[in-house]
Amino acid sequence: MSKAVVTVVGKDKPGIIAGVANTLADHNINILDVSQTIMGDIFTMSMLINLEELEGQFNVLQDDLNKLGTNLGVTIHTQREEIFDAMSRV
Amino acid sequence: METKQIQETINMVEEEHLDIRTVTMGISLLDTVAGDPQQTAKNIYIKVTTYAKDLIKVAEQIEREYGIPITNKRISVTPIALIAGHATPDDMLYYAHALDDAAKAVGVDFIGGYSALVQKGFANGDLALIKSLPRALTETDLVMSSVNIGSTKAGINLDAIKLMGETVKGISEKSDTANAKLVIFANAVEDNPFMAGAFHGVSEADVVINVGVSGPGVVKRALEKVKGESIQVVAETVKKTAFKITRVGQMVGALAAERLGVEFGIVDLSLAPTPARGDSVAEVLEEIGLEQVGTHGTTAALMLLNDAVKKGGVMASQRVGGLSGAFIPVSEDAGMIDAAKAGTLTLSKLEAMTAVCSVGLDMIAIPGDTSATTISAMIADEAAIGVQNNKTTAVRILPTLGTKVGDMVDYGGLLGTAPVMPVVEKSSADFINRGGHIPAPIHSFKN
Repeated sequence: MSKAVVTVVGKDKPGIIAGVANTLADHNINILDVSQTIMGDIFTMSMLINLEELEGQFNVLQDDLNKLGTNLGVTIHTQREEIFDAMSRV
Repeated sequence: METKQIQETINMVEEEHLDIRTVTMGISLLDTVAGDPQQTAKNIYIKVTTYAKDLIKVAEQIEREYGIPITNKRISVTPIALIAGHATPDDMLYYAHALDDAAKAVGVDFIGGYSALVQKGFANGDLALIKSLPRALTETDLVMSSVNIGSTKAGINLDAIKLMGETVKGISEKSDTANAKLVIFANAVEDNPFMAGAFHGVSEADVVINVGVSGPGVVKRALEKVKGESIQVVAETVKKTAFKITRVGQMVGALAAERLGVEFGIVDLSLAPTPARGDSVAEVLEEIGLEQVGTHGTTAALMLLNDAVKKGGVMASQRVGGLSGAFIPVSEDAGMIDAAKAGTLTLSKLEAMTAVCSVGLDMIAIPGDTSATTISAMIADEAAIGVQNNKTTAVRILPTLGTKVGDMVDYGGLLGTAPVMPVVEKSSADFINRGGHIPAPIHSFKN
């Protein structure tokens, strides 16, 4: 299955999870796993998402999430999952 | 998947400058040879632009999808002297311009392979290429050149060394920066993705993708966490970190090769610095426990680092090659620049360091009035280290007209800035002017 990891880091405020989830829903993307925590007052979230339904629109999704990040004042990375596997699993 | 691992990966890229230093497409030009140099040059342009037309697009898409910057996209080709056997030095410029035009057309950062292999002797094309270098390197922008003047099997071509000293000098009279595009090798490797020494060896497949990884910042950060612990812990930490870095290179290289529909060649396991602070091999050595790079102990620390990088990386990739190890260019490394300015790092220490590292005297500025025979003698010393010790060594030295010790010379971009370093002023001319061939060492007779 083709998956990606979305990470969100920034100052906490209402609407971050909602914003990310809505953007993903707009692209018909299923969220497979979420891990979220507040460190100090910094919001951090990692999401594992399914890219099966994306049909080659990776760049569009990434642009939309980047735009959302700018609006919310947080940093959003969207990276395919293999990079994390490559580095951390033998 | 653990959040901690995800965060670690992101930090390595964002804060510690982990990058894929280069994705280099190697292209064989052996099938471009035509009777006439102009026709061959046309064939070269067509082959390079055909195979590399999607290189940038594919590399940029991989950068996006995986969030890993690929700093340079490059092309290496068959050593031009091999395919230009009956060219004159003037003819050679057709080849240089064809390479430059092709590189610009596909948008790569550099094209390497304007090269000759003369460890045992000169053929007509070799001499023509070397004689064309001052014009070729100043009339083109992206063409990189290398000349191999020695090998463990063949010994050292002292005539070639004399000629290269004069060539370096000749280039410096035409340009302050063009010598950064020329490297003089002993034991050059055929699958090296790093410039200026990259070329596509004759034993390679038609078109391959080679990858060079880098991440001195990541290694330094890992070592910061084991301050005060014993030296085995340092070696172990470097090994583990090099493994992670190399896995990324393996992944990116395999992906790029697959998407471009060509073979995947090698991962060059390397620590290569950039002029940015926090991306310095010198800082890694200092983190191991040296007050400043160049002081006593530097060679030992570098040996440990280089070895640990290879040990960690070798398991992480399916095929290892290139130069593999730590690079110690002066102008491209903030810590090296500082140490050279302070006088802690001298040419003789750098030479000693090259006995245990990847390349050699790299990106070192020397006074403009240094004689050609002194430059040749520096090349001879480096070649001797490489040939006797069965390793690759190289010289990329930058005499700049009108400069004296302590002046700063700016080469721009990734090539950085270097202080002009003092050379020993006693002459080596009688040695170099003897000419001829230094015999291969006794251990070359291994079969």
